[in-house]
Amino acid sequence: MSLSVKHLLGIKELNKTDIETIFRTADNFKQVLQRPIKKVPALRDTTIANIFFENSTRTRISFELAEKRLSADTINFAASGSSVSKGETLIDTVKNILSMKVDMVVMRHAASGAPWFLSKHIDASIINAGDGVNEHPTQALLDAFSMRERLGDLKGKRVAIIGDIMHSRVALSNIFCLNKLGAEVMVAGPPTLIPKHIESLGVKQTYDINKALQWCDVANVLRIQLERQNKPLFSTLREYALYYGINKTMLDAIQKEILVMHPGPINRGVELSSDAADSSQSIILDQVENGVAIRMAVIYLLSGKRETME
Amino acid sequence: MKTLLDSQQLNITLQRLAHELIENHLDFSDTVIIGLQPRGIWLSDKIVSQLKTIIPHATITYGKLDITFYRDDVHQEGALLVPAQTDIPFSVENKKVILIDDVLHTGRTVRAAMDALLDFGRPGNVELLVLIDRHYSRELPIQADYIGMVVDTIISQKVKVNWKEQHKKDEVLLID
Repeated sequence: MSLSVKHLLGIKELNKTDIETIFRTADNFKQVLQRPIKKVPALRDTTIANIFFENSTRTRISFELAEKRLSADTINFAASGSSVSKGETLIDTVKNILSMKVDMVVMRHAASGAPWFLSKHIDASIINAGDGVNEHPTQALLDAFSMRERLGDLKGKRVAIIGDIMHSRVALSNIFCLNKLGAEVMVAGPPTLIPKHIESLGVKQTYDINKALQWCDVANVLRIQLERQNKPLFSTLREYALYYGINKTMLDAIQKEILVMHPGPINRGVELSSDAADSSQSIILDQVENGVAIRMAVIYLLSGKRETME
Repeated sequence: MKTLLDSQQLNITLQRLAHELIENHLDFSDTVIIGLQPRGIWLSDKIVSQLKTIIPHATITYGKLDITFYRDDVHQEGALLVPAQTDIPFSVENKKVILIDDVLHTGRTVRAAMDALLDFGRPGNVELLVLIDRHYSRELPIQADYIGMVVDTIISQKVKVNWKEQHKKDEVLLID
C-alpha cells in the first residue's frame, strides 16, 4: 500500500486509488485520535520541517499536531523573522534546513507552483500546505473526507463551492478532488470572482446563490480573500454579504437539509452569517477535526517513499 | 510442504486452548480477549466461539487490535502495510488481557501489540495465546502462555495457517 506520488503537491497529480487509500488510512488515524493516548510511534525516526511563508492558524497547527501524533520530530519555520528577510532564496533556505537531516517538508508559499519548483531541487518529500491561488490539497482531502463521513460515497453527490473562486486554492483542489471521486460540482459567486473558462474543469457555474443552494447536497462556502485582490472586484463587503452571503433563512427556505462547510477562517456576516455557521447543518468543526487525521494519513503514506530516494 | 495440523487435529487443539483459558479465567468476568489483526482474528474468532459453546452463561469481552503503526520496521520494507480495523470498545484498565495471534515467530509483532495495548490503558496483566510457536526463531525475549503446537523451524521455512472461511480448508502447513 502506498501512493503513486512521492510528494503531495496537488490533487491534480493524485489518482482515485490514492485518494481512497488516504481516506482508509485516515479512518484508522481518526480512531487513534479517540483513544486515551492519541499517539502512535510510527514515525519515531522521521523529522519534518513546517515551512510557512504565509500566515496560517489551522493548517499549521493541524500539521504540527498530526506530526506529533505520529511521533515525528518537528521544526517550525515562519518566513517573518527568518533569514528570508535578509534576502535568502527559497532553495537556499530549504536546502539549509534539509542539511540538518530533515526527511519531509510541509510548505505554504504565496507563489503558485512554489512546491513544484522546490521538488525539482530537493530529495525530501514535499507536502503542499497551500501555494498562492493554485492548490491546497490537504484541505480538499479533509473536505471530501468530511462529506464522505456524512453522505457516504460521493459519486453523484452535488457540491456547490460558493464565494471567491478566483483567489481560492481551496476551490481548485476541491474541484479536482470531487471530480476524481465522481461528485458533481457547481461554482457560484459574483461574476468578477469566478474565473473565465472554469467550465473547462468540468464544473457548472452560476451567479445565483439561491440556485446553487437549491441544486446542491453540500455548500462549501469560501472566504473573500481580500489580501489577494489587488483591484476592486465588488463595491463593499456589505453589498457582497447582501447578494452573495449565506444565512439561516436561505438555508431554511430550500426544501432539503444541505451540509454547510467552510475551510476557515470565517468572516462572520460576510460570506456566512453566524446563525448559518453555527447551525446543526454546519460541519465546519468536523472539518477541523478530520484535518488532523487526514494529514496524519498523508504524512504516514508519504513517509514510506523514503528508501527510493536514498 | 508438510501438514502440521489437519482439520481434525486443529479442532482438537482449539478445544484444548479454550479449556486452558477457562481453567485460568473461569467466568471471564475480569478478562478481555484481544485478537491481533489481520491473521490472528481468524483464530481469536474460533476461540471465542468455542468459549461461548463451552460456557454459554459467561460474557466474553472481545476486541481486535491493529498494530501497523507500532511496527519497528515501518520504514524498512518497500511498501507500507494496509492498516486494519482496531475495535476495542471497552476499557482494558486493570483487566486480564489475553492477546491472540496465529503464529509466534520473532516476537516483534507481540512487542508492537503490547505497546499498542498500553495506549488503551494499563491492563492488570497480559497473557499470550498462539496456535503455532516457532521455536528457536525468537528475536525478542517473548514467550506464549497458551500454545497450540510447538514447531522447530529454520528462518527460511514458512508456517501457513489456513482457515476454511478463507482458504476452503482448516489446516496448518510447513512450507520449505
